[in-house]
Amino acid sequence: MKILVAVKRVIDYNVQIRVKEDGSGIVTDNVKMSTNPPDDNAIEEAVKIKEAGKATEVVAISVGEEKAQETVRKALAVGADRGILVKAEGTVEPLAVSKILQKIVEKEKPDLVFMGKQAIDDDCNQTGQMLAALLNWPQATFASKIKVKEKSLEVTREIDEGLETIEVNVPAIVTCDLRLNEPRYASLPNIMKAKKKQIEQINASDLGIDTKPRIDQIKVEEPPKRKAGIKVASVEELVQKLKNEAKVI
Amino acid sequence: MSKETMEYDVVIVGGGPSGLSTAIKLKQLDSNLNVCLLEKASEIGAHILSGNVFETRALDELIPNWKELNSPIKTRVSKEKFLFLSKSKSFSWPTWLLPSVQQNHNNYIISLANLCRWLAEQAEKLGVEIFPGFPASEILYNEDGSVRGVATQDMGIDKEGNKKESFEPGIELLGKVTVFAEGCRGHLGKQLIRKFELDKGKDPQQYGIGFKEIWEIDEKNYEEGLVMHTAGWPLDNNTYGGSFMYHAENKQVFLGYVIGLDYKNPHLSPFDEFQRFKTHPAIKKIIEGGKRISYGARALIEGGYQSLPKMFMPGALLIGCDAGTLNMPKIKGSHTAMKSGIIAAETINEHLNSQKELSTFEEKFKNSWLYEELFKARNVKPSFSWGLILGIIFTGIDQILFRGKLPFTLKHKHADHETLKPANEMPKIEYPKPDNIITFDKTSSVYLTGTNHTDNQPVHLQLKDPNLPISYTLDKFDEPAQRYCPAGVYEIQKENNVNKFVINSQNCIHCKTCDIKEPSQNINWVTPEGGGGPKYGNM
Repeated sequence: MKILVAVKRVIDYNVQIRVKEDGSGIVTDNVKMSTNPPDDNAIEEAVKIKEAGKATEVVAISVGEEKAQETVRKALAVGADRGILVKAEGTVEPLAVSKILQKIVEKEKPDLVFMGKQAIDDDCNQTGQMLAALLNWPQATFASKIKVKEKSLEVTREIDEGLETIEVNVPAIVTCDLRLNEPRYASLPNIMKAKKKQIEQINASDLGIDTKPRIDQIKVEEPPKRKAGIKVASVEELVQKLKNEAKVI
Repeated sequence: MSKETMEYDVVIVGGGPSGLSTAIKLKQLDSNLNVCLLEKASEIGAHILSGNVFETRALDELIPNWKELNSPIKTRVSKEKFLFLSKSKSFSWPTWLLPSVQQNHNNYIISLANLCRWLAEQAEKLGVEIFPGFPASEILYNEDGSVRGVATQDMGIDKEGNKKESFEPGIELLGKVTVFAEGCRGHLGKQLIRKFELDKGKDPQQYGIGFKEIWEIDEKNYEEGLVMHTAGWPLDNNTYGGSFMYHAENKQVFLGYVIGLDYKNPHLSPFDEFQRFKTHPAIKKIIEGGKRISYGARALIEGGYQSLPKMFMPGALLIGCDAGTLNMPKIKGSHTAMKSGIIAAETINEHLNSQKELSTFEEKFKNSWLYEELFKARNVKPSFSWGLILGIIFTGIDQILFRGKLPFTLKHKHADHETLKPANEMPKIEYPKPDNIITFDKTSSVYLTGTNHTDNQPVHLQLKDPNLPISYTLDKFDEPAQRYCPAGVYEIQKENNVNKFVINSQNCIHCKTCDIKEPSQNINWVTPEGGGGPKYGNM
């Protein structure tokens, strides 16, 4: 079984996001970038399945600018066998990413495609679902547990009501939740080895995919500032303020 | 369990200006050398914090064509100001009356973090292997006592020291020569200085704590290339320190404050002095209407020539501010750190290729402009132990009339942890509450640093005696850690009327002030799990 894992380069989750002064987007210059956190879970799970002898190859793929190579390299350092970078400039929307992944799937013929449930930058949560539709494959989203069977997967999903367990036939798309596993650290020797692993570079345009954004972004702004709180001396004062000033009771 | 080993010709600890310069110079001298560089931050530059007005002298030597290589050195200093502040007034000091070391017209306003990122790119192009996210946590020695290399930190250890599922053992990196370039108060450098008695016959090292904020300011107050320094208010005559304000590119202003860690009053809070400083009319009018976008703090070296330890030992070199090459009156340490890195590389190349001793570093250093610079600067900082006014008068005589050639060397008498007076003998200081426009509290400031440490890992701020903060330091010095820490790591909390010393180590921004200033030297800073700490952008 061959697993393709999609990883995205995003602003590191510890970095405080800053909106550009003119509201045209967010500041990305000199900002620490990392792998989208649930994508780390996706890679970890694929590598674990391979280590358990149930997969033969793990291929990491990213779509984005040249620097997204670092994200692929990170995936190689934690156990992916080889990498693919599909180069595209600027914002690439989920539909374009899924179309690119569709082309790669047709070429690579994996049995499973893993990715994070959503990216922490645009929070779209669409790529896995769209890819499933384009390929007409079954999908298991928000996976917090994956059991590999003969020709299917048993997947436990994190849903609003609790946990839902479903079975999907292979080939399938799985989008991974943060609870799926604890991603390993890349060790120094493995980082060294990863430097020698191959990353194939393809231009999005060569795949015949137009990555031009379809959404017009009108404005980006910061959420309104929270006002400073006050301390009240007594319950009476609190009740009185809630009644007369906040007018909530 | 024995760790996996990797062998190199040269192992460099620390990806700042000195370590990166060593790496680049080594590969320029002999491209066949295997060189690796370890950095504890998640990426090169993420733990770098500096003013910074940059003198290009060392870079001109290292990479003469840096202007053609898209280096992040763009903003030439166009104008200089020096102000003395009283509580509400400011007096401008003509810059032609400043010693030449404090004149900056040939220098550039840069982000040192960005310069380091660029240097790392140059180093990687030459074949240096750079490993960010891997702190060197331990020094390895040969049987004859010489340095053999370093071990990286084990990853995936829980609070109690047990291995987690994600446990990944550290690696032993062995070098024919190991170069320690951790910056000010490096935790391995500290051990080497002790073990090899590198500071024998030298004055105690002197430190300062430096704060920096980046502000995006209103167009009308912005003057690209303007460099401004101040002395005076809010510090009293006996406390050494001052501010900097550099108008960098893109309407950004690098605003900072440095306070000597030899201050005496345990009630003093360096963080709050910096915040209060911004309320001075001369400063407030520039940043008003602007927005603070970054915050950070880092200890720096102030001891200079008298306190500079021996920089070579069997199997290793100690360079940059891990030793202490900052030029205090110049308020610059980047070019000197880089020069020490270049000299280190030249020494190592001759050591590996012509069997010369590492001790030849000393001679090369003494024949360099770096030595000359530090020697001339040596009397400035100690003269300020007589107070700001006498310090200025002496510095004028020493630097302008005698150009640093006075026939004597003033001594640094005390280590910084020895200078605090008991709390009950010193005046309490009331600091104004932050207004969240110009001034801020520590919590919202640390938030801007992007600091994170994986939770459930051992506390990396170790107490030699866990009872001492409450049993002694609280009573005698009102536990100054609550105030000297710029990130609010240390707190005294009352639980059922019993005082408790709390260490919020996840907030630590790796400035090392506690390791320096704790009056009983009770706090030992060790490396946390790799990648932890701040994530500075263009600091």
